[in-house]
Amino acid sequence: MSGGPKIVLSGVTKRFGERVILDGVDLSIEPGESLAIIGQSGSGKSVTLKCILGLIRPDAGSILVDGESVVGLHGKDQERVRAKFGMLFQGSALFDSLPVWRNVTFGLTQGRSRDTAQMKKVAEENLERVGLDGKILNLRPNELSGGMQKRVALARAIAPRPEIIFFDEPTTGLDPIRADVINNLIVSLVEDLGVTALTITHDMASARKIAHRVAMLYQGRIIWEGSRDRLYDSDNPYVDQFVRGDADGPIR
Amino acid sequence: MTVQAIGVAGIAFLASVGRVLIALLAGVGRVARFGFQTIVRGLSPPYYPGRLLEQLLHIGWFSLPVVGLTAIFTGAALAQQIYTAGSRFSAQSTVPAVVVIGIVRELGPVLVGLMVAGRVSSSMAAELGTMRVTEQMDAMTTLRTDPYRYLLAPRLFAAVIALPLLVLVANAIGIMGGYLLAVHKLGFNAANYLTMTRKFISADDFEMALAKAAVFGFFIALMGCYHGYRTEGGAAGVGRATTDAVVSAFILILSSNLIITVIAFG
Repeated sequence: MSGGPKIVLSGVTKRFGERVILDGVDLSIEPGESLAIIGQSGSGKSVTLKCILGLIRPDAGSILVDGESVVGLHGKDQERVRAKFGMLFQGSALFDSLPVWRNVTFGLTQGRSRDTAQMKKVAEENLERVGLDGKILNLRPNELSGGMQKRVALARAIAPRPEIIFFDEPTTGLDPIRADVINNLIVSLVEDLGVTALTITHDMASARKIAHRVAMLYQGRIIWEGSRDRLYDSDNPYVDQFVRGDADGPIR
Repeated sequence: MTVQAIGVAGIAFLASVGRVLIALLAGVGRVARFGFQTIVRGLSPPYYPGRLLEQLLHIGWFSLPVVGLTAIFTGAALAQQIYTAGSRFSAQSTVPAVVVIGIVRELGPVLVGLMVAGRVSSSMAAELGTMRVTEQMDAMTTLRTDPYRYLLAPRLFAAVIALPLLVLVANAIGIMGGYLLAVHKLGFNAANYLTMTRKFISADDFEMALAKAAVFGFFIALMGCYHGYRTEGGAAGVGRATTDAVVSAFILILSSNLIITVIAFG
């Protein structure tokens, strides 16, 4: 592992047809740092995450993880880099054909049948970390509430002990209390596991609680970066309008 | 209309035909590449034998009731039709021969293909499409599991294995349907009917039926997987993928059946 930033994006560009989604994104995340990217729906936040994960290939620009370029990696190299990541998807993205314990251990088994008793134990340990007990091990995801699904997805993301975790809108669709429970869990997991975290959200309470630093993505570019304490005092009219949720302002 | 205007209209027409042709060829290329990737990745480790068995059960075992019912009714109806038509020129005795040849060479493979396409292609496209739009496939990829190996290849291989077995069963049941109707309603002698049936069928006919079935199985799974994997646009997209999978599987089954039949018997 290099001593520099954990993740560096330089001039990352992505178009879908005529639509420019990312227009030269520059971003750097230090090891152990928790960064939140805020921005409107459709501003390219999810595409940024997917470019880093190699799910979408950027049209131009470079992405370095631990100093290694990850754009265009294939096969074993891509797998080795992906092993560093865990991800909590917006809609949880649990595999609905599998029971909870197989969902949680999927990253360890890659879907293959392994020692069931051992894997159930591992799943239980990870569920405990996110405040759930072993009673739900054999349930299917559709038998769980939205908040529980998020926690199971969180347990799945941390089970392989990744170095970097991405959180895609972690509190979307949850009531304020459950959202805060998820925020607290993320904060404690990031601290306990010492991981680097990248969260995308338009929930300002979540961004302030989870992140050390916040960046705003607007029209495919990072237009502001600063510490979370400066989020409501950014001197940037776009950030001011966004965090206050005003209809009037430069963002139309 | 001036000559120049006719020329412009002609060029516009040719351009639109060209666009359709290019789009069609591009589509064929995408499907071929997708099928090739699925086979190549499916043949390299890691392997998922459990997933293959699961799909064999889903495609093969659970299709048996619908395949059996279709075969028995079709075999019986075919016997009645041949008997009625044949009686106009005293050719009722051809019933066993026409039933067995019709079922084994054509109706068995095609009807099984269409019934399984309706049942399996649609469910594959719906399941995979839902996984796509709910980001389950992305989640699988981030968990270092290749959807081609885990989701697609077991479906493709299972369909290629299951369809010939289903066609064997359907052929047997279809012939039995014709036999039951001929013996119990049309007054055929049971022993003579079976002798005639055996006389007019050869191992080549069964081999042809099995080859057709394997091709149909490939197309059924390929269309279900292709349309499901490429689903975009939420619930509406899943609906579109399901319809496209079934329609394209039907077209491929019927057209490939004609091509194989013409090559084999033409």
